[in-house]
Amino acid sequence: MARRATAYGRGGPFVYLVALLVVAVTLGPVLYGALGGFRTNAQLARDPAGLPDPWVFSNYTNVLSNPSFWQYTLNSTAIAVITTAVAVLAGVMAAYPLARYQFKLREPLFLVFVLGLLFPAAVAIIPLFILVTQDLGLGDTWWGVALPQAAFALPVTVVILRPFLAALPKELEEAAMLDGASRVGIFWRIAVPLSMPALVTVGVLAFVTSWNAYLLPLLLLRGETRTLPLGVADFSTQYSADTAGVLAFTTIAMIPALILFLAMQGRIVSGLQGAVKG
Amino acid sequence: MTEVTAAPAATSSGAAVTRGGADAPRVTGRRQGAKRRQRLEILLFVTPALALMALFVLYPVFSAARMSLYNWKGFGPMVDFAGLDNYTRVLRDEVFTDAVIHNFIIVFASIAVQLPLGLALALLLNRRIRGRGLLRTIVFVPYVLAEVIAGVVWFQLLQPRTGLLEQAVSSVGLPVPDQGFLGTPDLALATVFVVLTWKYLGLAVLLFLAGLQGVPDELHEAAQLDGASWWQVQRRIAVPLLAPTIRTWVFLSMIGSLQLFDMVWILTGGGPANATTTMVTYLISMGTQRSNYGIAGAASVVLFLIGFVMALAYQFLVLRRDTKADA
Repeated sequence: MARRATAYGRGGPFVYLVALLVVAVTLGPVLYGALGGFRTNAQLARDPAGLPDPWVFSNYTNVLSNPSFWQYTLNSTAIAVITTAVAVLAGVMAAYPLARYQFKLREPLFLVFVLGLLFPAAVAIIPLFILVTQDLGLGDTWWGVALPQAAFALPVTVVILRPFLAALPKELEEAAMLDGASRVGIFWRIAVPLSMPALVTVGVLAFVTSWNAYLLPLLLLRGETRTLPLGVADFSTQYSADTAGVLAFTTIAMIPALILFLAMQGRIVSGLQGAVKG
Repeated sequence: MTEVTAAPAATSSGAAVTRGGADAPRVTGRRQGAKRRQRLEILLFVTPALALMALFVLYPVFSAARMSLYNWKGFGPMVDFAGLDNYTRVLRDEVFTDAVIHNFIIVFASIAVQLPLGLALALLLNRRIRGRGLLRTIVFVPYVLAEVIAGVVWFQLLQPRTGLLEQAVSSVGLPVPDQGFLGTPDLALATVFVVLTWKYLGLAVLLFLAGLQGVPDELHEAAQLDGASWWQVQRRIAVPLLAPTIRTWVFLSMIGSLQLFDMVWILTGGGPANATTTMVTYLISMGTQRSNYGIAGAASVVLFLIGFVMALAYQFLVLRRDTKADA
């Protein structure tokens, strides 16, 4: 970091004012949801912008004592973990030769992944539904959602990891080669540990994407295997009159992804740097 | 976007260049062996990813294309061949052509609004202000939320008459639409776009910030010693160095806008009066709600082609310089 900060500029009153405005606009809806969960429907109707008065906890306790909510949470978690593990492992394996080997098909192969960015799940959604439920018999299962999600997460994963792996210093590989290490050994012992920041980045992206996914689970999961977003959407249509209950449910559903992101955010930024270098 | 390490010029014979490492053995037999082993290694590394992509991405996409050529209701064998009928029906369907227009409005509005806004915020948050870390975190919060979850909260905020936003708007004396922002055909798409901008601006800011961190401090210091102002440093150094990041973001944003579904589905379901349909809401309601799989397949293919052509054009016109190896 620069020792003197003038080139970066400090904050004048204007900067702080803008910052404050950004915070208000960004967090407003989230806070409205969280605080609304502590109010009654009568309070919400009387004064939408008011604070809870008195604070009621029943909306939140109702959600937390609802066994369906915990079932949805478990399903969301399991599917996101499987998706992330598969996408990161397959992704880093594919990105490695694309970054460090010289071979004729390298660029066409990379293009396959880049083109994969263009295959929205939606294009394939109905055949995917038929494939997973009828051909693979994985309807209403965690794996049935996680595997296609991992496949759709691969393009982004490879595109982010490749420049990161390419930027690792050659000398380490050379030294390891001289010590008689195999390419596969170098991959596991040097490339993977050194690209940890980027792996965390793509892992968090895959996890959050899976956690938030809606369209694929909507078609593939029913009843007890549904995930949180499906639960939230159902709840809000089923109990549309119970605004406070809906707000409490959505607020609780937000928390896990937010915690994960907050815990990882520094690493995400540093992991992305490799991908956005000029 | 990528910074390909300058590669040793591959020999025309395509000889395997094991970079560094034990010098390539001079015995041709061993060289052949090394080449074969390298092929095997590459295969080993890329197989899991390619298998997943083949089964869950490529195969379903081809199935969608096949589906588009038949009249099929989702059960039994596909026998009723329809040729290109489904395509003519889709392209003549005003609901679909409107949906395409809506997608394009979102594509261009995103770039026109979110790019300058995101850039301004990133430059601002890159300044040495108190609470900068916290600010960065806060800006990214909406992006982390599921579209469904954000959509449900915004749906509540936008409720006609009782919602907080309506009340806020009317309390400052501005007129409020009778049917609410989401219920008025002329306003619904713009309202959806506002919610999308709230949700996705954080991604642009985060990417730009990551790009800005790659700007070497020496540049800032050198510019400073030359007496450049903060503004000059941003305009002459930071923004030009961000160009590849910006190009990457524009690409991601375009593709994302074409695939819009969740937020629209939750906020409006494509209504009122089809004012907010997108290509994906169209094909989902055709496929899953009306079991019109041929039509859904044709719409899928059109969506894919539009995305493909746009991406190729963008790659060709804009991104080429980023993926070329640094000579």
